[in-house]
Amino acid sequence: MQTDEKFTDATWPAAPEKATLEGKNKYLGFWLFLGGETVLFASLFATYLALKDKVPNGEAALAKDLFELPLTFVATMLLLTSSLTSVYAVYHMKNNHFKQMQAWFVITIALGFGFLGLEIYEFNHYVHEYHHTFTSSAFGSAFYTLVGFHGGHVAFGLMWFISLMVRNARRGLNLYNAPKFYIASLYWHFIDVVWVFIFTVVYLMGMVG
Amino acid sequence: MANEQSNSANPNVDLKYRRKKNAEEMKHQVITFVLMIFFTLLSFAAVGIEGFSHWFIKPVILLLAVIQVIFQLYYFMHMKHKGHGTIALFLFSGLAVGLITVLVFTTIVWL
Repeated sequence: MQTDEKFTDATWPAAPEKATLEGKNKYLGFWLFLGGETVLFASLFATYLALKDKVPNGEAALAKDLFELPLTFVATMLLLTSSLTSVYAVYHMKNNHFKQMQAWFVITIALGFGFLGLEIYEFNHYVHEYHHTFTSSAFGSAFYTLVGFHGGHVAFGLMWFISLMVRNARRGLNLYNAPKFYIASLYWHFIDVVWVFIFTVVYLMGMVG
Repeated sequence: MANEQSNSANPNVDLKYRRKKNAEEMKHQVITFVLMIFFTLLSFAAVGIEGFSHWFIKPVILLLAVIQVIFQLYYFMHMKHKGHGTIALFLFSGLAVGLITVLVFTTIVWL
């Protein structure tokens, strides 16, 4: 199949992301990358767990002093919902509905920015209210590396979505860009997977003590 | 399975069927999402409501996180579909290395 061929609803493949060899290879290669990402984040989690609450003196803030339930809850809801909206986008992609797909990706991007904004507020709050910085303690270094790396992934994912949207804004759907949109949404789900462990292991378990 | 093409000579018949299949799958995705939100609420409630011992809370919220991630991987990321054997190998190899790292860092590494 020609990748830039114009499709109708009837001729559009049921799985456009895997209809071309390039699409199939991208799909497989991307999951190999996600396997590597799993190792990366697991190492950061391991480091965090080993260094949690390792602070130089009694005045430094510990996990249970820092974290607050409402902020983490709102951030979690934003990211979980953005995962569902990107599922909707891929659903419309499979039905060859370009406009709806774009609309759902725009919502996903907006939710992602909401999450990122909260994280920036949170870090700023810790630094100024608690003097909990990257260099203040081993706990601080491990915390900012783990959560910051995740935040970096969110920022990268947003850039990825935006570039794809702008680049393909007037092209419509074809077999050249369908795998690209699909892979970007896979990446977005993976970010959500990592966040589920961050809010559980770092925030909730941190608050429990 | 939604991503298999039928061999019907008339693509319009096929289209109707595919649309229905896709809509059905989307319904499952929404149910998955509702369950995920429910598990998240349970986790936050377990920590937010006072009175539970941390020996109870920690294993429960970890278990809820694992279930949620399984939903995310198998439904949202389509690992439940056929042809994901190699992908599962990649992911679980990564997970095996990762979990051993976590185990080592939380037990025998001296800090």
